[in-house]
Amino acid sequence: MPIDKIFKDDASEEKGERARMASFIGAMAVADLVKSTLGPKGMDKILQSTGRGHSVTVTNDGATILKSLHIDNPAAKVLVDISKVQDDEVGDGTTSVVVLAGELLREAEKLVTSKIHPMTIIAGYRMAAECAREALLKRVMDNKENAEKFRSDLMKIAMTTLCSKILSQDKEHFAEMAVDAIFRLKGSTNLESIQIIKKPGGSLRDSFLDEGFILDKKIGIGQPKRIENAKILVANTAMDTDKVKIYGARVRVDSMTKVAEIEGAEKEKMKDKVNKILAHGINCFVNRQLIYNFPEELFADAGVLAIEHADFEGIERLGLVTGGEIASTFDNPESVKLGHCKLIEEIMIGEDKLIHFSGVAMGQACSIVLRGASHHVLDEAERSLHDALCVLSQTVNDSRVLLGGGWPEMVMAKEVDELARKTAGKKSHAIEAFSRALVAIPTTIADNAGLDSAELVAQLRAKHHNEGCNAGIDVISGAVGDMEERGIYEAFKVKQAVLLSATEAAEMILRVDEIITCAPRRREDRM
Amino acid sequence: MALAFDEFGRPFIILREQDQKTRLRGIDAQKANIAAGKAVARILRSSLGPKGMDKMLQGPDGDVTITNDGATILEQMDVDNQIAKLMVELSRSQDYEIGDGTTGVVVMAGALLEQAERQLDRGIHPIRVAEGYEMASRVAVEHLERISQKFEFDVNNFEPLVQTCMTTLSSKIVNRCKRSLAEIAVKAVLAVADLERRDVNLDLIKIEGKVGGNLEDTELIYGILVDKDMSHPQMPKQIEDAHIAILTCPFEPPKPKTKHKVDIDTVEKFETLRKQEQQYFDEMVQKCKDVGATLVICQWGFDDEANHLLMHRNLPAVRWVGGVELELIAIATGGRIVPRFQELTPGKLGKAGMVREKSFGTTKERMLYIEHCANSKAVTIFIRGGNKMMIEETKRSIHDALCVARNLIRNKSIVYGGGAAEIACSLAVDAAADKYPGVEQYAIRAFAEALDSVPMALAENSGLQPIETLSAVKSQQLKENIPFYGIDCNDVGTNDMREQNVFETLIGKQQQILLATQVVKMILKIDDVISNSEY
Repeated sequence: MPIDKIFKDDASEEKGERARMASFIGAMAVADLVKSTLGPKGMDKILQSTGRGHSVTVTNDGATILKSLHIDNPAAKVLVDISKVQDDEVGDGTTSVVVLAGELLREAEKLVTSKIHPMTIIAGYRMAAECAREALLKRVMDNKENAEKFRSDLMKIAMTTLCSKILSQDKEHFAEMAVDAIFRLKGSTNLESIQIIKKPGGSLRDSFLDEGFILDKKIGIGQPKRIENAKILVANTAMDTDKVKIYGARVRVDSMTKVAEIEGAEKEKMKDKVNKILAHGINCFVNRQLIYNFPEELFADAGVLAIEHADFEGIERLGLVTGGEIASTFDNPESVKLGHCKLIEEIMIGEDKLIHFSGVAMGQACSIVLRGASHHVLDEAERSLHDALCVLSQTVNDSRVLLGGGWPEMVMAKEVDELARKTAGKKSHAIEAFSRALVAIPTTIADNAGLDSAELVAQLRAKHHNEGCNAGIDVISGAVGDMEERGIYEAFKVKQAVLLSATEAAEMILRVDEIITCAPRRREDRM
Repeated sequence: MALAFDEFGRPFIILREQDQKTRLRGIDAQKANIAAGKAVARILRSSLGPKGMDKMLQGPDGDVTITNDGATILEQMDVDNQIAKLMVELSRSQDYEIGDGTTGVVVMAGALLEQAERQLDRGIHPIRVAEGYEMASRVAVEHLERISQKFEFDVNNFEPLVQTCMTTLSSKIVNRCKRSLAEIAVKAVLAVADLERRDVNLDLIKIEGKVGGNLEDTELIYGILVDKDMSHPQMPKQIEDAHIAILTCPFEPPKPKTKHKVDIDTVEKFETLRKQEQQYFDEMVQKCKDVGATLVICQWGFDDEANHLLMHRNLPAVRWVGGVELELIAIATGGRIVPRFQELTPGKLGKAGMVREKSFGTTKERMLYIEHCANSKAVTIFIRGGNKMMIEETKRSIHDALCVARNLIRNKSIVYGGGAAEIACSLAVDAAADKYPGVEQYAIRAFAEALDSVPMALAENSGLQPIETLSAVKSQQLKENIPFYGIDCNDVGTNDMREQNVFETLIGKQQQILLATQVVKMILKIDDVISNSEY
């Protein structure tokens, strides 16, 4: 008796081996896609959107690449997801996590074909991941006590992060900038107070860090261009026509004179409002909403600098930086906290005029102005810098650091190998596979740099046989070198997150033995 | 043949538009239904037990769910077949009633159907099979009662509860930290449980998830967690000893429901209206201040001006809080939800020892913790995890664990897991079969056989030899007359489920058997399937 179909039309079901194969292949395809961007000599990808304008992004950032892919394979979506989370949590290592998960699955596939149950593989992977973490913990360095050394650690981490990005040419310059910016934050991870402004023109080298705050706005006409000892009122209020908000109110008049009267009243009201604002004793007024010509003129008359239409984030940041509160009513001038800064002036970057607030009350904030040849370069530079800043801010909190250049992977692989030898039962195959997957990362780094990976990795492995070895792959010289001397450092937190989330994702995909795809939702015909 | 003749010999049609309908009758209908039921059960069979596999489900919008929870799999499977839909219902009702064992119940029903098919081949009438099943299920349920054990626990000694929850969690992807999650679930249930009345209102336990961090960071918060932040960035991030005004009216000018117009035709009117508006905002804030509130939680939005006034008067506020959360906050803090400013009184304020805002990760994610509430009977389980699917799955797993803990508080009896209870029942039913004269005897034996399929599936999923393992355990149970021997899924080395601490709730197991029998009976009684072939 044939069974009537259980599922709806178009829904499909894949079982057992087939399902597993489908998810392995999908996940590996995604991993292979981003694989070539790994490491300092990794290549970039061009992403063209299908939306209007076919805008183009050039990037090397794993999370950005994966975010823009349209993926149908459910297992591949899991990988995209972990990369996104890695980005949110630690900001860097988004490519590594996907590559590692892909390698874990590739090894798992081999084990599955040699008839080892996925559950056994998972058990082995779990043990291996735990052991690898222990191995890393044993070798971490912590220089929190020594401020000078800590700073140099941070510099090295920033340089390592940046060297795989477009900024690698000027990595010292940018690393310096990033570390300075992070030190200003004094331990908070709130990256909001670091503002990144992109201005096309000039070269990347012309980028600079500015203590203080830069607002990408123009000063109203006829208003002072330079104010010393500024008192700033940050506001979010309507400065066009102040509407009556009571519902259902409307103006209804029957003669021209009345129109004129009401207009007069409106003007009067605006004037009142401006006077109230002026009563705060300010000489700078920043509003989130528009300021119409009339109030602008009034401000100009009073010699107050008025800035209109600052975006929401700008306002919040400005409030944060200058220590003022965001005001919407102006009846009690004595209790509104005003923002202060030493100097406001208009500065020119390239062709554009910007407003620069320096000597702000709260020293945390700073602005980084990026210059570069094109928007694509600037966008990519911003992403790279953001990665570096994220890593640094996390490192300030968790100051443990590791060496880079494939060193952590080799250390982990060695310990995991030891574990495999000690473990009895089928699990040991899985543990061994885990170590192979770890080694795949230095292999990929070497491959991407056009080096003889087999040779280099073999050398590395031999070197790592000695206790306390610092060897890693030095891509620049194309040989195995001492990572501590070369100053290639990575944050422990990033490596740990890579290890744990890659294992978690691989485990999740391995556990699947059936894929059920629902019928795609039909678009309703709008005929 | 759906054709009849009237007294003049003319045929008339009973079923309209015959060619568009397909029709199955008699034994064919039963066979087809059984096959469909079995097909559904087969999908779930591999998810059973601690070594069960997961299913990946791709929804109609391309969203991916990975789960091992029977009810969720069936819910999202988008089935078309009528009998398959019955199985979906079956697992759902187990989920509503008990919350756990949703996979087991479907596997059980599938096995019963499989056995029924054999009986039908022998020529036994479906109704007799159904009746036999009914008798057998009664025997099994009674036997379960007999072998069940009561165990004692109280607020200080909740170890047995934790052990039972761990059994539930061990089949999920979260089994890595099942111990800590089980403890969280038990503590949460105990916090809201009414031990006098033996009842737990699971609505008081809120499960929140946020992507990022590790599963190990999952925590139990004695209070409420709201995925919102303060309405003004410069409001204080931490309030101690908060008096909370819970409002469902917006901080905006009033909007009367009746249609009205306010016409402005003179300057005076314009002025007064403006004044009134300002006054209105002022009054609203003043009212909150007057009753002594130190925190305002509002279901609606704030006008910019009102927002600033609140900030100015040093009155932190949270806006756009959902209705469900609002209710929970009201319960937890002992406050009343106030629909109008005029009705605010000090007595209606909620109280909480500590309200704080906490931020996560590198993105600007903030959440509001409301802790040390006046009425501590509302808790939140806050789940962290590597990705969204992980969190969703953890939520489902925790829900199962919560249900198990609740069931135990309702009824302290437990049976042993790992298939031990099923094997014991199977033995009991088999022994009882001989006492029944008549054809039902065969059906009862078939029932016993079907009971074996659960431990069989467990063994199969764990990579053991199913038949060998089952027969070994069965003979062990019979020889020593102890119903604690089950399948050793985790390869610990002992079959004694007492040592492995694998427990399940008695009512859960009983419900499984009863529900599965009921559905199978229903399916067996169908002898005619008429369906519109267009579907």
